[in-house]
Amino acid sequence: MNDADLLQTKQLLLAGTLTVLIVASLAGALLKLRFARGRTHTVIDNLNSRIKAWWVMVLLLSVALLSGPAITVVLFAFVSFVALREYTTLCATRPGDHAVLAAMFYGVLPIQYGLVWGGWNGLFMVFIPVGAFLLLPILACASADRTRFLERIATAQWGLMVCVFCVSHLPALLTLDIAGFEGRNVLLIAWLVMVVQGSDVLQYIWGKLLGRHKVAPELSPSKTLEGLLGGVASATLLGAALYWITPFTPGQSALMALVVCTLGYCGGLVMSAIKRDRGVKDWGSVIEGHGGMLDRLDSMIFAGPIFFYLVRHWWAS
Amino acid sequence: MIRFVARAVTDVRAIWHDMPNTDEPRVYFANHASHGDIVLIWATLPKRVREAARPVAGSDYWSLSPLRRFLGQHVFDVLSIDRAAAWIATGPLKLMAEALDRGESLVLFPEGTRNTGEAALLPFKCGLFYLAQSRPHIQLVPVWIDNAGRAMPKGRWFPVPILCTVSYGEALRVEVGEDKNAFMHRASAAVQALRPRHRAAP
Repeated sequence: MNDADLLQTKQLLLAGTLTVLIVASLAGALLKLRFARGRTHTVIDNLNSRIKAWWVMVLLLSVALLSGPAITVVLFAFVSFVALREYTTLCATRPGDHAVLAAMFYGVLPIQYGLVWGGWNGLFMVFIPVGAFLLLPILACASADRTRFLERIATAQWGLMVCVFCVSHLPALLTLDIAGFEGRNVLLIAWLVMVVQGSDVLQYIWGKLLGRHKVAPELSPSKTLEGLLGGVASATLLGAALYWITPFTPGQSALMALVVCTLGYCGGLVMSAIKRDRGVKDWGSVIEGHGGMLDRLDSMIFAGPIFFYLVRHWWAS
Repeated sequence: MIRFVARAVTDVRAIWHDMPNTDEPRVYFANHASHGDIVLIWATLPKRVREAARPVAGSDYWSLSPLRRFLGQHVFDVLSIDRAAAWIATGPLKLMAEALDRGESLVLFPEGTRNTGEAALLPFKCGLFYLAQSRPHIQLVPVWIDNAGRAMPKGRWFPVPILCTVSYGEALRVEVGEDKNAFMHRASAAVQALRPRHRAAP
């Protein structure tokens, strides 16, 4: 496959996504006009805010898709920064955590993405789980604040794992060497984001249309069994249908999609449990009124690393 | 430049319960946990209002070293007052009242110092009451600055990224015949009422 084909593939993907978004926006606007003109309507307004959030997400991803690896890495580093900031804000930090927090944001995060960008695959996989894991508690000792020490340091490490380590596996897909797939790795990111986010959207739609039985009312009241099954099944089909942009066969592609969608679903559940414990509904308000970065990212966080290691193990050389 | 950094790091957002639509001088009184407080207030006030707003601060702190003197005078443009002086005396009260008469707005931290404890708010000093009494027409705007003390705690000179908000409440005035304790209680409650309900325990 040559550059012209690659460009054509990207354009086709973008055109397809934009069409879906435009149709969704029109549908949202029509629903608003037909059923709730000038009034607030929880479901329709929520749908329209989600569509707006998808626009922002698609625009950002198009930038990643069309530009080089450096921009892609910087983009995901920024996503990590915003996500980690939302996470930290909701955690119970103390003044004594200042040095640890500074090291997380200004040290660990840029170094991790530097390692991804430089293609130091071995290092990037151990830097946070081993390096930061040992460094942060040492640094925390310097503050001489022993109150809830283990809890604070565990919270910090978990935040780094989730918001930086896991997220950095998406741009790290660019560094894999896959025979016969050279120069097209960015399509793996596109495939993963489309399938996992598509699964979120489809779960939402199935849940709203047919949802009766709640899966985990204490953790995430909006998740229903019908939404889960319908969403994951249709996203698996979507993944299979998009096999032509990946190094997978249609069957492999379907299986991969099933794995990442299930993980993505569980990710949403875990992140939701944390939010409920903290007594909030959304992680933040990055995109005015549509929840935070982590609200849109929770499924990607859990699907990303596993997808990376599966591809690395079976396809990369 | 400082405001830009503050925005980039804390993504500060303003919550207005009462939009400032006048050019009249006002007194903003807020909780105090960080040197970042005043920066966050500037970052959230509309430009016209911001330019007239000066923080009131203790001269004992801001004249301690050349660096602090420079920051206080040229960067923060503080109206410095003697924290030890008696309030009724001419000193601090007169300075603040004169600034208001000149058309400047003031940012006051009635706790008197940065709060580093577990309590949401320290007891207010009564300067606010005497100022309000001497200029009864002035609007007093309660402000809650959320998370500034976590982003940049006392003793640290740079912020870490934590989301901050600044809530501006409805303006108060001293009622006719209201006594000091009743007013201080009301002012303190007005600031506390702006505190977001969902907060991580410290």
